Amino acid sequence: MPRLVHASDRALLVVFDDAITAAAAKDVRALYEWIASDPPAAVVDLHPAYATLLIRYDPMRCDPDALAREVERRAGSLSHRPLRDGRLFEIPVQYGGIHGPDIAEVARATGLSEAAVVAAHTAAHYDVCFVGFSPGFPYLAGLPERLHTPRREAPRPQVPAGSVAIAGRQAGIYPVRSPGGWNVIGRTDFSLFDPSRANPARLTAGDRVRFLVAGTRS
Amino acid sequence: MSTLRVVAPGFLTTVQDLGRPGHAAAGVSASGAADPLALQIGNRLVGNSVGAAGLEMTMIGGAFRFESGGVFAVAGSDTGAQLGERDVAPWRPYTVRAGETLVCGALRGGARAYVCVRGGVSVPLFFGSASTHLLTGLGGFEGRALRADDRLRLGAPGSGEAFDRAVDPTGIPGYRPGEPFRATEGPQASWFQPAARAAFYDTPWRVAEACDRMGIRLSGRQVPLVEPRELATEGVLLGSIQVPPGGLPIVLFVEHQTTGGYPKIASVIAADLSRLGGVRPRDTIRFEAISLSAARELLRAQVEAVDALFS
Repeated sequence: MPRLVHASDRALLVVFDDAITAAAAKDVRALYEWIASDPPAAVVDLHPAYATLLIRYDPMRCDPDALAREVERRAGSLSHRPLRDGRLFEIPVQYGGIHGPDIAEVARATGLSEAAVVAAHTAAHYDVCFVGFSPGFPYLAGLPERLHTPRREAPRPQVPAGSVAIAGRQAGIYPVRSPGGWNVIGRTDFSLFDPSRANPARLTAGDRVRFLVAGTRS
Repeated sequence: MSTLRVVAPGFLTTVQDLGRPGHAAAGVSASGAADPLALQIGNRLVGNSVGAAGLEMTMIGGAFRFESGGVFAVAGSDTGAQLGERDVAPWRPYTVRAGETLVCGALRGGARAYVCVRGGVSVPLFFGSASTHLLTGLGGFEGRALRADDRLRLGAPGSGEAFDRAVDPTGIPGYRPGEPFRATEGPQASWFQPAARAAFYDTPWRVAEACDRMGIRLSGRQVPLVEPRELATEGVLLGSIQVPPGGLPIVLFVEHQTTGGYPKIASVIAADLSRLGGVRPRDTIRFEAISLSAARELLRAQVEAVDALFS
């Protein structure tokens, strides 16, 4: 059973697991999709993540304990809920050079050549676990273990939009410029966040991602 | 059409409303006014709906020329403002003629003050909100802080009447200057050493220079964990107090990221969030632990006290 925590006087945190597991990720998606499509009164925002869902509510418009009971009921009966079908996105990347300033450091830390880093990054299949941190930023699972690299010691104050990056076991793409501490290995022109669209974030939880070397496929 | 021309922008002036909750799953935090209570009261003074967009000034106010007549109020910190020869006090509505310029000076109290204009400031909405998100350059006026010679469109006034007198909100619950920030236990409070948790509430924290709309960094002592532990990235909130490996807390503020991987020792209560907007670099602030039920009682009392100002 998931654990419910009052994260503040206006938020509930549903914890499916303390570790990052595929089962917890599925439960987070199922509860998120259920609450997003049929929100209990006074729910104002939902923050899905690896193994948790943070539910922000307006404490002036609900009884927090009653809301907690409703969330607990739903969280305990997720097994039969169908999940939205994910889509596959193929994302072209220019690796290394000015586009991937940290690829040399990743190569050094992993003992691979830069070409082998690119080969490993493009060979893998990734799942979008959730979108968080900054607008449209996808947290991707599926980074091959031989690419696991510690994050940069000092975060960069500004990482350019489109930066393709890795940190620890995580992979991601910075859709908009922001500070960031992940190792940037390449850049894509693929637009991940377009404020002019009704759903500005292109990727959502459950989608799948493959990276391609830009220019190798028409 | 009515416009407001920026003569001088001040230190950091942005268009803000009450933000855009509801899009955290797309990685978009709510943003919005750093001191939402001041913006709401300012709007009520000029007869706007509480969430109309106004100008948020930081540390040093700006100068704004009204190209047509209207009604405005300055809400929040006293800016020593003047309209021609007239002194402009905060928390009361003023009528202005076409061609007059409101000149605000250095903020004398907290770090933020708002210019609310009848009709509100009109900019293209992003996710339903006029709020500027500085970090990503989204929303507000061209996604950025205002500059000299920017021309802001004003909206058409609604049916609400401007209020007929000044108000004094400085005594309402949660908004009294100098009080500690009340906080409830954060989701990882038990990860911290018991002595460190107690010390967190005893320590006068110094606000670092790195204090912006994204976060308020504190120094004063380190808050150590019981043992080193990895937190799987999870959702975070405005007012969450996270402690990175260095042990110095950061209060997440209005432009916070939607998720984070640092443990959180405490969460500032809803009733005290507006007062975070007044915090300046080098201020000393304290936290006080309270229960969830006491926090909700304070919020209820605050909402009633704000309504009472206008009865």
